[in-house]
Amino acid sequence: MKIKLRDIAHGRSGDKGDAANIGIIAYDEKGYKIIEKHLTVKRVKEHFKGICNGTVERYEMPNIRALNFILNDSLGGGGTVSLKLDAQGKTLAAALLRMELEVEKI
Amino acid sequence: MKDKIRIASGQGFWGDLVDAPYHQVTKGDIDYLVMDYLAEVTMSIMQKQKNRNPKLGYAIDLIDLMKKILPISTKKGIKIITNGGGVNPISCADAILEVAMKLDIGKLDVAVVLGDDIKDCLDDLIKKGCDLNNMETGEPIVTVKDKLLSTNVYFGAFPIVEALKRGADIVITGRTTDTGLTLAPMIYEFGWKDTDYDLLSAGTVAGHILECGAQSTGGNFLGDWESIENFAEIGFPIAEAYLNGEVIITKHENTGGKVTFETVAEQLVYEIGDPKEYITPDCVADFSSIKLEEIGKDRVKVYNVKGKPETEFYKVSCSYHDGYSATGSLTYSWPQALTKAKAADKILRKRLENLGLKFDEIRSEYVGYNATHESLAPDLEEDKINEIVLRFSVRAKDRNTVNRFGQEIAPLILTGPPSVTGFAGGRPKPKDVIAYWPALIRKSMVVPKVKILELK
Repeated sequence: MKIKLRDIAHGRSGDKGDAANIGIIAYDEKGYKIIEKHLTVKRVKEHFKGICNGTVERYEMPNIRALNFILNDSLGGGGTVSLKLDAQGKTLAAALLRMELEVEKI
Repeated sequence: MKDKIRIASGQGFWGDLVDAPYHQVTKGDIDYLVMDYLAEVTMSIMQKQKNRNPKLGYAIDLIDLMKKILPISTKKGIKIITNGGGVNPISCADAILEVAMKLDIGKLDVAVVLGDDIKDCLDDLIKKGCDLNNMETGEPIVTVKDKLLSTNVYFGAFPIVEALKRGADIVITGRTTDTGLTLAPMIYEFGWKDTDYDLLSAGTVAGHILECGAQSTGGNFLGDWESIENFAEIGFPIAEAYLNGEVIITKHENTGGKVTFETVAEQLVYEIGDPKEYITPDCVADFSSIKLEEIGKDRVKVYNVKGKPETEFYKVSCSYHDGYSATGSLTYSWPQALTKAKAADKILRKRLENLGLKFDEIRSEYVGYNATHESLAPDLEEDKINEIVLRFSVRAKDRNTVNRFGQEIAPLILTGPPSVTGFAGGRPKPKDVIAYWPALIRKSMVVPKVKILELK
C-alpha cells in the first residue's frame, strides 16, 4: 500500500552552513522500522534532486525513533549569502514529509 | 551542595519574545535564567554597532529587560546567565550596573567572560602558526583577512562556572556556546568535574533543548501542531536538573504550549550533524544515547546520556564582507498570475543582460507556487490561484551593479504584464552580504578571562 511519510512521521529542519539538516521522527516503533528501511540515502537524494547539489548523509537515532539527514550544498551558499527565501532550510522537513512510500500493510 | 536546580530559557535568539524572560522569573520558581542572543549573523551586526559607537555592540534589549526583572530576580535569588554581551560584554555589564544603581538594587556582582574576541590579536595568532583554515574549503584565513568583520572563539561552560564560583549574580559573556549557558550552573551547583563526560553531556543535551526557546515547548512543531494550546501565551522551556545528570524538561503551569516526547524530540534533531559526535568545548555528547520519557503532563525526562572527552580545539566563527545583494518583489493577480510573473522575470533578466551587468547570482522565486519546496512543488491549476509574488534577487561583488538592479524592477509595473501591484517599499537597496568562515584553534592559544564588576 501507498502511504505518505507525513502519516507516520514528523520532523524539523535547519541549516549548518550551506548544508541543510532534516531530522525525521517516527510516531511509533512500527513507523521507525518503515523509515529505517525506506528512507535510504538514495531515496532522499532522488527526492531532493532539484534542491540538493551535494551528497546526502544519513544518521540513525533509534533511541528517539529518528533519522537525521544532512543535505550538503543545498542552501544557495547558506546564511546571509543565500538569495533563497528559505535560506535556512526551515521548510525542508515538511518537503521531505511529502514523500510517498510503498509499504507492506501497516 | 544542591541536588536539584531549575534552569529557565528566556530567549532563543536576538529578536525572540521580549517578555519571555519576565514570564520565566514571575510565573513560577526558577534558580537560573539563561538567555541565548547570538546567531552567527548577530556578531557581525554587533561589531558594526561597536565600530560606530564603542559603548555598543551587545544585545541592547537586555537593558530594558533588566529594568523590568532585576528587582524580581535579585529578590528571589535568581541568577542570570547570557551571551548577550556580544562583542562588548564590559559595556553591557556597565549598563546593567547602571540600571541596578538607579533601581537601588543593593549589592550585585556582575561577571564578564572575556577573551573570545580575537580580532585584535589575529596577526599574532597567525604569526604563531594559527592558519585558521576554513573548515569547509581548507583555505587559510589570510585570504579574507582584510574583509573580516568579527572573529570570535566559542567558549564553553567553564568560564561561566568560574564566574559563579566567584560569586556572580549575573554572568555576561561574548561568544559562548548556547549549550554552555545551561550546562554551567549544573557544573557549579552539583560539583561536576571536567572529566565527568556523561554528566557534562547530559547538561549539554539539556542546553540544546533549551537553546531555541519555545521550539521545545510546541513552537514550530511539525507534528500535530493544531493540538498545541494557547500559542499566544506559550511557555518557554525549563530544565529541572538533578545531581545524577537526569533532567526533566518542563514549563511553568498556566502557560501555553506543550512538552511531550514529540516536541522535545524535534528540538533534539534540530541543527545537528552526526548524533554520536555533538562537539562542544566541554565534551562530545552522544545524542544516540539519549532516552526520553513522558513522566507527567508537560514533563519529559531526559536521561541515559553518554559522552566522551572534549577535543583539543575551540571553534572560531569569523564573519567577513562578501559583496552585496538586493531583493525586490512584484505581485501578479488572476488571471494567469503565474504566467505573468514568469513573463516579467524573463523581461527583467533581458533588461539586466542588455545593461551588461554581471552578477554572481540571479534568482527568481514564485511565492504562492514554489518558493519553499522548489522542484517538489506540485503543478498548480492556474485558474484557481488568485495571486503570485515574483521574488527576484541578485548578488554581486560590486555595489553599483546591485544598485542598478534596484532601478530596474519597479518600472515593470508600467512596462510589463498587467494586473501587477505590491511595490510600495521603493527601490530595493543593496545590502551587505556577510559570509562566514568557520575554523578551529588549538585551545592553548586562547585563554578565557573572568572579571567581576561589583555594585556595593
